[in-house]
Amino acid sequence: MFINTLLMALREIRRNVLRSSLTVLGIIIGVAAVIVIVTLGAGTTRQVQDEISKMGSNMLTIMPGGAMRMGGSAQSAPPFEMADLNAIKREATSLAAIAPVSLRPMQVIIGNDNRRVNVMGTDSAFSEVRNWKVVEGRLFTDSEVRAGKAVCIVGNTIKEEMFRGDIPLGAVIRIGKVTCEVIGVLEAKGQAMFGGDQDEVVVLPIRAFQRRLAGSSKISQIYLSARDVAGIQDLKGEVERIMRDRRKIAPGAQDDFNIRDMTEVSSMMQSTTGILTGFLSAIAAVSLLVGGIGIMNIMLVSVTERTREIGIRLAIGALETEVMLQFLVEAAALSAFGGLVGITLGLLGAAAIAPALNVPFVWQPSTILTAFTFSAMVGVVFGFMPARRAARLDPIEALRHE
Amino acid sequence: MTAPVIAFDQVYKVYGKGDTEVRALDGVSFAIQPGEFVAVMGPSGSGKSTTMNILGCLDTPTAGHYFFKGADVGSLSRDQRALLRRHFLGFVFQGFNLLGRTTALENLEVPLIYRRLDKTTRRRMALEALEVVGLKGREDHTPGELSGGQQQRVAIARAIVTQPSLLLADEPTGNLDSARSHEIMELLTRLNKERGLTVVLVTHEEDIAAYAYRRIEFRDGKIVRETDTRRAA
Repeated sequence: MFINTLLMALREIRRNVLRSSLTVLGIIIGVAAVIVIVTLGAGTTRQVQDEISKMGSNMLTIMPGGAMRMGGSAQSAPPFEMADLNAIKREATSLAAIAPVSLRPMQVIIGNDNRRVNVMGTDSAFSEVRNWKVVEGRLFTDSEVRAGKAVCIVGNTIKEEMFRGDIPLGAVIRIGKVTCEVIGVLEAKGQAMFGGDQDEVVVLPIRAFQRRLAGSSKISQIYLSARDVAGIQDLKGEVERIMRDRRKIAPGAQDDFNIRDMTEVSSMMQSTTGILTGFLSAIAAVSLLVGGIGIMNIMLVSVTERTREIGIRLAIGALETEVMLQFLVEAAALSAFGGLVGITLGLLGAAAIAPALNVPFVWQPSTILTAFTFSAMVGVVFGFMPARRAARLDPIEALRHE
Repeated sequence: MTAPVIAFDQVYKVYGKGDTEVRALDGVSFAIQPGEFVAVMGPSGSGKSTTMNILGCLDTPTAGHYFFKGADVGSLSRDQRALLRRHFLGFVFQGFNLLGRTTALENLEVPLIYRRLDKTTRRRMALEALEVVGLKGREDHTPGELSGGQQQRVAIARAIVTQPSLLLADEPTGNLDSARSHEIMELLTRLNKERGLTVVLVTHEEDIAAYAYRRIEFRDGKIVRETDTRRAA
């Protein structure tokens, strides 16, 4: 019986192809939008996870300021000094590597090319901490770091774009008013989590950065790595104790610096993505609601149009429930069909948009199944009222209907 | 005497209340035996359509009893009456009332689907019924592709495909020319004779009513005359 009802419904839908298509347009748009948003959201999440594993999951960063929120720390707290690093190096037993980092966007001039680039002052340990290798040339030597020599390592984008792909070893570039010699090229890292090209960077020995570019001996961040992932929490505890001691923070008072590990960054990113995805999905769901009302509208028209047919069926001996089922199945088939088209369009759309946003295309069977079930449910819910109206028709009246 | 297929026992049907009250049926009693061919006649508003609706279990009496195969239809639920129609009744209407844009075969399958018959059985029964009404080879034609007479034949085939106990024909020739009308009446006569099908026919045309053996005439909700041509003959 159900198969027959379904076949009957499909035939009825085929009979009015144009009307059926227009009816389900709302469902198609709603489902497609949800699929695009959820798929891109999943892609972003995947990207964040990849990013974190690329950065080295046992990495910690220390920044001045209280508990950090999205958008930057309170800069009122004093920055760090080399002595802080030395203390951590001496006292922290779980430490694998530690690197000072000072960052500043500056004008970099190579030949005729001139652009604003992130300039980073650090020492050779940053390569180990950030899990970021030099693919051509070499890292700084200890004497270069100690002397603050004007040598630099450039990111892949600098090599590809400003040097037009030539290996720039030995070339001289200008950073602001300072010239320095290129001694190495970093491996490509790609897009950063918060946007921006990580490879558009020039790295100098910290002391060269401090003396020649910044004019101060401040260190804005410290990167450290634990021996392994299990050691992260130990290292965090040790560093917090050392830093509180050095910065003379009274017991019970809040830290004026904060230590973050990558799992925090990742969960923060993921909750942000999650909120955004949920919010956009809610908007898209409104379209599903509108689509459902469209289906209800057309089903009501259909019931009126087919009053005579309903009368015939009732006279022939159809039960109320059977007439009701017929119209419900029709509405559900209609909206499920819209769901299928929407899913297809959504996946195609997401696949097209993902590369433009530099996000991997991640398709989740569970999302698709949910979207399909949901769209069919929309048909059942919004088809209910018209179907009941059809089932309750008086056969005598219905047969008389013109 | 065999048990009657149907029996009206002091049936009243009243529409409206108070001053606007209309007595469509005013204490009507009659019985129809299996195998009879009955014509119900009368001017419009005489109560013949109401009689047909009650006979067809589409409506229930306001008072009195309508017995169908011994069951008091007035006491049955809407669904129970639907099941009665499904299993024991066949309808033929003035306006044919076939499903549009649906082939003759599919039209015939509809009542069989409600009887939960499988595809092969449905096909076989539908083709047989089409052959009986002389439309073999037209199974794939939709109502739009058939003449009025052919459409009414399909409608008759749909009514008899379930092998009902009673065929109700409400002005079956009302939309047909006289040649077609007589063909349809000959078909109904043949079904009555060959298959012993009980037929109740509503008409206001004398020559159509003449095909029936028995005639019940209505006026103002009451039976005014009953004649039985078999007895007379």
